[in-house]
Formats: sequence, C-alpha cells, structure tokens
Amino acid sequence: MAIEVESRTPVHDEDGRAVEELVLNVGPAHPSTHGVCRIIAHLDGEVVTRAEPVIGYLHRGIEKMAENRTYLQIVPLTDRLDYVGSMYANWAYCRAVERLAGIGVPERAEYLRVITCELQRIASHMMSIGSTGADTGAFTMFVYAFDVRERVVELFEALTGSRLTYCYVRPGGVAADAPEGWLDDVRRVVGEMPARLAELDRLFFGNVIARGRLKGVGVLDVATAVAWGASGPVARGSGVGWDLRKSDTYSLYPRFDFDVPVGERGDAYDRARVRLWESVESCRIIEQALDQIEPGHVHAPGLPRLLKPRPGDAYDHIESARGSLGVYLVSDGSPRPYRMKVRSPAFCNLALLPLLAPGHTISDLVVILGSLDPVFGEVDR
Amino acid sequence: MSGLLWGMLFGLLAGIAIALAALFGVWWERKVAGRIQMRFGPQEAGPAGLLQTLADTIKLVLKEDITPRLADRRLYRIAPLVVFTPVAMSLAVIPFARGWAPFDTSVGVLFFLAVPSISVLGILLGGWASGNSYATLGGMRGAAQMVSYEVPRTLAVLSVVVLAGTLRPVLLLGRFQWWWILATLVGFVVYLISSIAEMNRGPFDLAEAESELVAGYFADYSGIRWAVFMMTEYGSVLAASLFGSVLFLGGGWPLSGALGVVVLLVKAVLIATLIIWVKWTLPRMRADQLMRFCWTVLTPLALVQLLIVGAVVPWL
Repeated sequence: MAIEVESRTPVHDEDGRAVEELVLNVGPAHPSTHGVCRIIAHLDGEVVTRAEPVIGYLHRGIEKMAENRTYLQIVPLTDRLDYVGSMYANWAYCRAVERLAGIGVPERAEYLRVITCELQRIASHMMSIGSTGADTGAFTMFVYAFDVRERVVELFEALTGSRLTYCYVRPGGVAADAPEGWLDDVRRVVGEMPARLAELDRLFFGNVIARGRLKGVGVLDVATAVAWGASGPVARGSGVGWDLRKSDTYSLYPRFDFDVPVGERGDAYDRARVRLWESVESCRIIEQALDQIEPGHVHAPGLPRLLKPRPGDAYDHIESARGSLGVYLVSDGSPRPYRMKVRSPAFCNLALLPLLAPGHTISDLVVILGSLDPVFGEVDR
Repeated sequence: MSGLLWGMLFGLLAGIAIALAALFGVWWERKVAGRIQMRFGPQEAGPAGLLQTLADTIKLVLKEDITPRLADRRLYRIAPLVVFTPVAMSLAVIPFARGWAPFDTSVGVLFFLAVPSISVLGILLGGWASGNSYATLGGMRGAAQMVSYEVPRTLAVLSVVVLAGTLRPVLLLGRFQWWWILATLVGFVVYLISSIAEMNRGPFDLAEAESELVAGYFADYSGIRWAVFMMTEYGSVLAASLFGSVLFLGGGWPLSGALGVVVLLVKAVLIATLIIWVKWTLPRMRADQLMRFCWTVLTPLALVQLLIVGAVVPWL
C-alpha cells in the first residue's frame, strides 16, 4: 500500500515560471538512514525546505509485549530496544524493577554494570562516529571505528556469549560473574583505547574536508535543545552540561573522577567530537572501576525467581550513549507489570530533525540525521 | 578506407584494453583499499584473488538488464555507451612509446581534453532518463562538476603545451626534458585533482554519492549496463594516469623502447594508486564546497603555473 505523500505546492520563481518543489522520499531503505528511518524531504534544487521523519517501521510493540511477561522475561525484550547499546536498556529496566520491588544490588555487580556500560558507551559511540564517516563518504573511517568497536564486542562475547543482545544486567545484579582473566583483558583493551581514539581524531576530525562537512551543519542552540528535551551528546554538543551520571548520579558514579565534555557551537562537528571525548572519559571510568572492584556476590542472594512487586509504580533513568534513557513501570501486584513505558532519548533527539534540516543541502541532511544518532529499535520500540 | 579499418581495429583494442584495465584496476583498488582498511581484499578466486573481478563480471553479464517503468527507454539504454565511448576514444592519442601513438594528430592534447567531456552528456542522459529523483540529482551534480573542473584541468595541461610548443603528444614527448617535471609540479597536482573530479571519483564523487544519492545517475542501472558505467570509471583512471605520466612525468623517460613502455605503465599505476589512496582516505565534499574549491583554489593555482612556465620559456 502506498502512503500518500503531501501534494506538491506550485511555486513561481522571479521570472514568473511555475516551478515545483522536488519531494524526495529518503528511506526506509537508504544507506544513510541508520536503520529504517524514512524522511520525506522537500527540496528546492539541492536545498531542503522541509524534512519530515516518518517512524514506525521497526515498531514491535515491546512495551505492550512486556505486559504479558514476567519481570525476568522482559530483560531480553529490553535488549532489542537500543540494539547498538543493549546494556543500557537492560540496566535502566533493572533499576526500575529494583526500585519497584526494593531489591538491593551487591557492590561487585554494580562495578560490573559500570564497566560493561562504559564499554558499551565506547562501542555505541564508535558506531555513531563511524557512521558519520560513512555518511560523509569516508568509508575508511567507518572501518577504523568498527575495529575499535570490535574490541569491545569481543569482550562482551567472552562475558555474555552474545555480540549484540547481551541480556547481562538482571534485576538484583548481573547474569554471571566475569570469567577468569576477563578483567585483565578489559584493562589491556582499555589501555590501548585512547591511542586508537586519538588516531580516529587525527584521521577524521583533523581532516579539512571533514571539518568543512561537519562544522556549522545542523546548529542546535541551547534553548531549543532544552525545550525539545534533547539529551546525551546531542544536548551536550550544544553546551548543555547535563549528564545523568553527574546531575542525577546513580550507582557508583560518585566514586569516579571523570569529566563531561561539552561542545560550543552545537553543530554536527561538536556532537561527533563530544562522542569521541566521552569515549576517552569512559576509559578513565573503567580503569578506576577496575582498580576498585573487589570479589563478592554478583547477584542479590535469596531473590525469588518470580518477582511480585507490591502495587505501585517506579521510574528510573540512566545516561545511555544517546541520552537520558528512562523506564517507567506500574505494578498491580501480579508477576507481570501492568504497564511499561520507555522514555527513549533517540526518539526525542530525532524530533529535532525537522528543525535542523531546512536550509541545508541534501548532503547535509544525512549528516544531521547521523549526528542525532538515532537507533530505530529505540525510536519505534 | 584503411583509416576506417584501423579505427575499428583500434576501437576493438581499446575496448579490450579498458576491459583488462578495469579487471586489473578493480582488483588493484580492492587490494589497496583492503590494505588501507586493515583487510586483505579479494583472496579466493585465482592467485591472490586476481580472478575475482572476472567472476563479478560474469555475474553482472548474467544478471537481468532492468529498464525502469518510468524511464525514457531509448535514452536510458544509450546513456552507458555515451559515457563509455569518449573515454575509450581519448586513449587513442596517448603516445605509448616514443614517437608512436595509435592516432597521431597535431591536436592530440586538445583531443584528449575535449573528447572525454562528451561523457557529461551520458551522465546527464542516464540521470534524466532513469525517471528517478536521485538519479536526476546525481546527473545534475555530475554535469555541473565536470564542466567546472575542465577549466583548471585545461589550464594545467596548457602549461606543458607552452613548454613543449606543440599540441601533438608524440612531439611533446620527444621534446621532454627532465627539468619539466619540476617546472610543472604545481600543474601536475592541479591536473591530478581536477582529473579525479572529472572522473567523478572520491572525494569528488558527488554524482554517485553513495550515502546521499545511493548511486546517483546510475542508481537504476543493473547488469551489463551498470558494468559499462563501472568500466568507464576505470577507463577514466587509466586514461588520466597514462596521459598524466606522458605530460608531466615524461612518459617512458629515462628509458626508451619496450622498457620505456614498461616505465610508462609503472608511472601510470603509481598515479592510479595515488588516486585510489585519496579516494579511500578522504571524506566527500559538498557541492558548494566543490565549486568554491574549483574556482578559488585550483583555477588560480593553474594560472600561477602558467605564469611560471611563461616566465621560463623566453630563457630557453
């Protein structure tokens, strides 16, 4: 079934000739839509006058499906929200469950959560930075970024057996303790990481063409970023120093010394650069966590397999690679949640596209979309 | 009559040469790109994957040749040939050995600059006739870009012509002296950059723009017609590399005879490798940046080169 595209508006140019806007359908199958986004772009020559994202191509009804599953069975569902960073949705969901049911988490489990989620941040940002390279035609940048991501994914494979959907964070702790020598592997990989990230910085962000393509493109000012609920690197690229790890600190983050990088101009360059420096900061956090971690339980002892929280509701959020990721749960006392709602940062950030795109060319449109870093598993849910 | 026969024979030979160059070129590009990206490139088909391109070609020939419903059928079908033929023709004037070119004419340099420009029409045709917005945008970009970059390219080549005092490539190569390389260094760089833009390769591959226009003017082509577009790209690389080494690097110099031909080919491969290297390292420019770069950087540079040569010539 064809979806009706809005009728074309006839416009007259200076000489009175009737000209038509070109309506270009970008996606859902297009190399630069980062999944299954569809954009209806109105073009005046090459310049975008209107860009309207059409979402829902990856809607699986995960929030509704959750209502028919037990609390533990929902964890694999959350993997499939943000499939570039599964650990975050795992953790945000588990924090909401723990708050709802009043479950305490052993310290070692919290350390493992911090380590895996900071590794995940590097992996996720590498996907985003690599895609920025691919969007601007620097495919080698994509390969180099994916090489960095691969190191992290290999660690996750050793830890959880999966490369994409980890299902590692569970209510009350984590699925299993780290295998022997895994923490040493993490230390080795993280130790090599800053040099590799600096290489990416030189290869791409130092390049004159890349700077030309990214600087001044899709400028988001502070007021708009705040008003539209932007979060994560999209907001921080505009200079909004809002990071839940600092501003509503959770888990063990108060114990670590790290900085929150912010941009100045709020363009695609700043957003991508913030992602790169966040990855460096993540390395710092992981190294501190590795120094502090002690042996112990990784799962709250005596936790029943079938959780039945008392009637009530709970919301908790964490800082994912895309921003403030929140999960709201309502319990009616049964083993299944009455309602689950995910506050998706990718969804809120994607809403900025119609604001940022007009006035830029079609080449910039894909760069702007990439700089918002949407993951459609999380947008469509 | 014999001229016609010779022409047809050359056409056949040029077609085969370009096909072989494309076979080798695609393999070489994959290998070089593989090294750049920490990969191996093709390995399985034939020794060191040499036959990979052949396998791909067989696949492409066997694939269905689709003409979209909205396409202007006749223009759509003819476009690949309009792009390919001029590039093949431009090979005719290249002096492969000292004193010999397949088509030895007194305006050879002009011929080489002018004839490939006809390709623009093919790109426009292909883009327009596909009946697809992406293809149309790609065709328009390609046309604007190729027409603009002809200016610095011609100016750069002109500096060598001024030094040699002839438009005849065979004569030009005969008069070559080693210090020309130094005297026309700036021109060589300008020639190389504008040639890359002229053949629509990265970082100037706006007309294809994989991440924006999917494949631009040949987005709808499939099978053998798509393969012809690909062959044109490698044919252009071949022509630009060969002519670049003739004009700016003295062709077979310092050797002559059969060894000279080998030297010429080695120089051409080196230039082609540079073109591949650039493509796989740099991001793509935006249309407006591309134009600004052409008119505010390359064209003045080419003029400076012409000025340098103009200052040198009276002292000869």
